[in-house]
Amino acid sequence: MIGITHYLTVAAILFVIGVLGIFLNRKNVIIILMSIELILLAVNINFVAFSAYLGDLVGQVFAMFVLTVAAGEAAIGLAILVIYFRNRGTIAVDDINMMKG
Amino acid sequence: MQPLVQSLGIAAPEIVLALGAMALLMIGTFRGDRSLPLLSWLAVGIYAVAGLFMIDDMPRAFAFDGLYVADLFSDYLKVVVYGAAAVCTVIAIPYLRRAHSDKFEYPVLLMLGALGMGMMVSANDLLSLYVGLELQSLAAYVLAAFHRSETKSSEAGLKYFVLGALASGILLYGISLIYGFVGSTNFVALGAQLEGQASIGVVFGLVFIFSGLAFKISAVPFHMWTPDVYEGAPTPVAAFFASAPKVAAMGLLVRVAIEGFGGLADEWRQIIAFAAVASMILGAVGAIGQTSIKRLLAYSSINNIGFALIGLAAGTEAGIAGVLFYMGIYAAMTIGSFLVVLALRDPDGTPVDDMARLAGLSKTRPGLAAALAVFMFSLAGIPPMLGFWPKFSVFNAAIASEMYVLAVIGVVTSVVGAYYYLRVVKLAYFDEPVGTLAPGDSRVNGVVLTAAAVFCSPLGMLAIAPLVAWATAAARIIVSG
Repeated sequence: MIGITHYLTVAAILFVIGVLGIFLNRKNVIIILMSIELILLAVNINFVAFSAYLGDLVGQVFAMFVLTVAAGEAAIGLAILVIYFRNRGTIAVDDINMMKG
Repeated sequence: MQPLVQSLGIAAPEIVLALGAMALLMIGTFRGDRSLPLLSWLAVGIYAVAGLFMIDDMPRAFAFDGLYVADLFSDYLKVVVYGAAAVCTVIAIPYLRRAHSDKFEYPVLLMLGALGMGMMVSANDLLSLYVGLELQSLAAYVLAAFHRSETKSSEAGLKYFVLGALASGILLYGISLIYGFVGSTNFVALGAQLEGQASIGVVFGLVFIFSGLAFKISAVPFHMWTPDVYEGAPTPVAAFFASAPKVAAMGLLVRVAIEGFGGLADEWRQIIAFAAVASMILGAVGAIGQTSIKRLLAYSSINNIGFALIGLAAGTEAGIAGVLFYMGIYAAMTIGSFLVVLALRDPDGTPVDDMARLAGLSKTRPGLAAALAVFMFSLAGIPPMLGFWPKFSVFNAAIASEMYVLAVIGVVTSVVGAYYYLRVVKLAYFDEPVGTLAPGDSRVNGVVLTAAAVFCSPLGMLAIAPLVAWATAAARIIVSG
């Protein structure tokens, strides 16, 4: 029987993979964008699982909002990435070092 | 169900900004980039109209079935946020024109950001909190990369986007845990259900939510984006980032902490106290040795956020009033400092960001040097400058709540901080001038700069009594429910 714990475990694993994907990846900014999507999807699994478990609709409404915002976020992220590529000709993470920090 | 008309009336300031931003976008689309000054001044008018809609005699009103709340607390913060946004809209016109990025989207994006901030300080539910925060963040990412032909600006936008999206993800994960373990997302319902011992899931959710919000106010350990973004973003945008979003996010943090998680004050007080101490120390130490004025101001903003967090850690009515008072005056001081940076240009119009170029400013631009000295003394918290009083009020609140360690660390770090603020004054007044700077060319910026300098000078003390009375009334609404 698949219960709430299974869903929460999957979501937690996806969330951790997403966070690690941002920090460990040294190659490509596109992978960072994918990791961000992974984090948001992990959150959505959590919301929908809790919503079904509690018998309460708010979680599913929240998931809809997260999906919408995630679409906007990805669009803006890709747009910024495009202007960055135009200026520097590279999107390797190691090359994003004009400013120290 | 609450009647829609009633809700729309309560949320009128945000409705005005939303419609206003769309109207500005339409005008800009049809008239092109030459309409930037027109749109900017129209935007100031729209902020003023939105401010007028905040005048009512209701101390607290809920709208949209408890998603949105308008009270004295949100009114105070919205006045500061809209004021800061309006100022940052008009001071940017000459800068954008010289940088050849005078696109009409600038006032529109600022207004959408201000709309998001209005939602943040009026949020009464984790859902409206998230939507407001994202609207503000998405506008901010674009603004950071606004000077799009310049590598530094686009790099600042990219860094801000990646770290901001990560922070939003962490915040959301915390929200999902709180929703699952408590069963509600409404602050009032959360406040009623969370009392005493919290389950492990709730504690995890709390930590994730506070981490996400700490990023937005750039409290240590989530501060690393601040210096890079301020340095890379166009100067008026950096002035905006340092003022309005900080004020709004701080207000949001206060409301979440006191109203939503008031029953778990012992749990979150540790997080806030740690963030306060770490921000004060890192902000003071990190600024030493900076050569870029904008990076120095970034560390100064981290330092100041640490001081404001002391008031939240105290958690009393006096502490919250101290936070509100602090953020209001901090916004004026930081916008003033960035206005001085805006006025520094080479004769060929290139913006100057090197500390060494401040040398001898008192001989070449005496007025500008005097304003800079007022802001630096005020940020350092030296009486009788205005910046001393908010520090005094948060330290006072910490001592009244017996948080002596926090207050002592605050005093010590503010002495350390005084070193780099005074170094700027020393450069401007006691060193020999190097190179020449272009004379001031914008009357509007001059007027705003003078007004900010007068406000931060001892003359500003006239404003203390009404400001404190207002902040105290706003804090009472939050603390006593």
